Amino acid sequence: MNNIIQFENVSKSFGDLKVLNKLNLEVKDGEKLALIGPSGSGKTTILRILMTLETIDDGFVSVNGEYLWHEKNNGKIIPASENHLHKMRNHIGMVFQQFNLFPHLTAIENVEQPQILIKKRTKPEAKEKAEELFNLVGLNDKKDHYPHELSGGQQQRVAIARALAMEPKIMLFDEVTSALDPELVDEVLTVLRKLASDTDTTMLTVTHEMNFAREFADRVLFFDGGQIVESGKPENIFSNPAEKRTKEFLKKFINNVN
Amino acid sequence: MNWSWDHAYAVLPQLLKGLVITIEATIVASLIAYVLGLAIAILKMSKSKSMRVSLYWITEFIRRTPILVQLYVVFYVLPDFGIFLEAFTCGVIVLGVHFSTYTSEVFRAGIDNVSKGQWEAAKSLNYNPYQAWKYVILPQAIPPMIPPLANYLITMFKETPLLAFITVVELFRAADQYSNSYYTYLEPMTLVGVFFLLVSIPSAMIAMKLEKKFKPIKVAR
Repeated sequence: MNNIIQFENVSKSFGDLKVLNKLNLEVKDGEKLALIGPSGSGKTTILRILMTLETIDDGFVSVNGEYLWHEKNNGKIIPASENHLHKMRNHIGMVFQQFNLFPHLTAIENVEQPQILIKKRTKPEAKEKAEELFNLVGLNDKKDHYPHELSGGQQQRVAIARALAMEPKIMLFDEVTSALDPELVDEVLTVLRKLASDTDTTMLTVTHEMNFAREFADRVLFFDGGQIVESGKPENIFSNPAEKRTKEFLKKFINNVN
Repeated sequence: MNWSWDHAYAVLPQLLKGLVITIEATIVASLIAYVLGLAIAILKMSKSKSMRVSLYWITEFIRRTPILVQLYVVFYVLPDFGIFLEAFTCGVIVLGVHFSTYTSEVFRAGIDNVSKGQWEAAKSLNYNPYQAWKYVILPQAIPPMIPPLANYLITMFKETPLLAFITVVELFRAADQYSNSYYTYLEPMTLVGVFFLLVSIPSAMIAMKLEKKFKPIKVAR
């Protein structure tokens, strides 16, 4: 299988804070990845770089065999133009911690509008696709509600449907349950589990839900200090971590939760 | 001094003509103030620092000098540089540009109120900046702007008598002309006041209604 995502020596700083330090990362096509680690360890930054919401300071990122932040011009590698980024963004979709639904549109309009504008689908095509996805996320009866009439969990499921409607090769989930009340977390995770088992979309999820990460992921990456400390199959990372820092994090995490 | 109904009736046709000019001036000036204000607000968010700084000083300069002085400069001084404008054109441009410095603040506040997450969501769905503005940002930003913009409309309406000083025969100057011919100020000026109230009080009531109607869009968490 090919690498659909590749980070080569990628560095990124915010002011004096180095959030990514010469990061190398390869993700295979169709892989489901869980990114765990303490806050500020650079997990979210990886997703935001892939979604082109943050630039990189150094190194190369490739998506689907092409540079994301660079392009080739007469054999020379130059920084990516807005046109190039626009083309590359078609491969990628993202779901945010704060949902970020468009509050002036109903749930179904949130899912239809981007299809009509970007995918150039007709309104009936967009509607059909949206209804199919509302079925998938279990919100068929809520599709004409406005976001403020929905619970956090419902809003997040609409946001997932909206991203899926664009049919990206790669889906990014940035702490999608962190803003939810505890009793609403499961309805969102259920949808993600279903997606993970039913589709061959590549998925990267940043999460603090360790049980979920264990079930969902083919591979778990533990981040600390802008680098991957440890990576491996979930059963290895969670049951038998090799690195001391991973052990400490998992121990602290489990203590905090309980 | 006694109220003369004869004068009141005699001045009425001129006043009505003046009122039409006043309303036309208000409408054209407010359109300029809104379109230019929005442009200033968007340009003030530009990445270019020199753009932001120069716009800051230009708008400060316009806002901190009297409208009357600006009217005189544009109407009486610009012709020295070969720029001739009709009095009405000149008046609505000056009024519109002056108030665009205020409306731009309304637009800016409205746009600032739309969260950064909305921009990011639009970008993640691959909206280009034009689509993001048109379909995501402005539809959320504009409703809360409507009440303050309506209030500026009423303020502009009340400032239109300034155009009299550059020969525009609007409501106030129409009355003034009559007063100068017949040496009576009581009836014409009283009627001018009444006309202004008749327009601005209902407008203010509509503006208050709008304020209730267009509360900011709720975002549930």
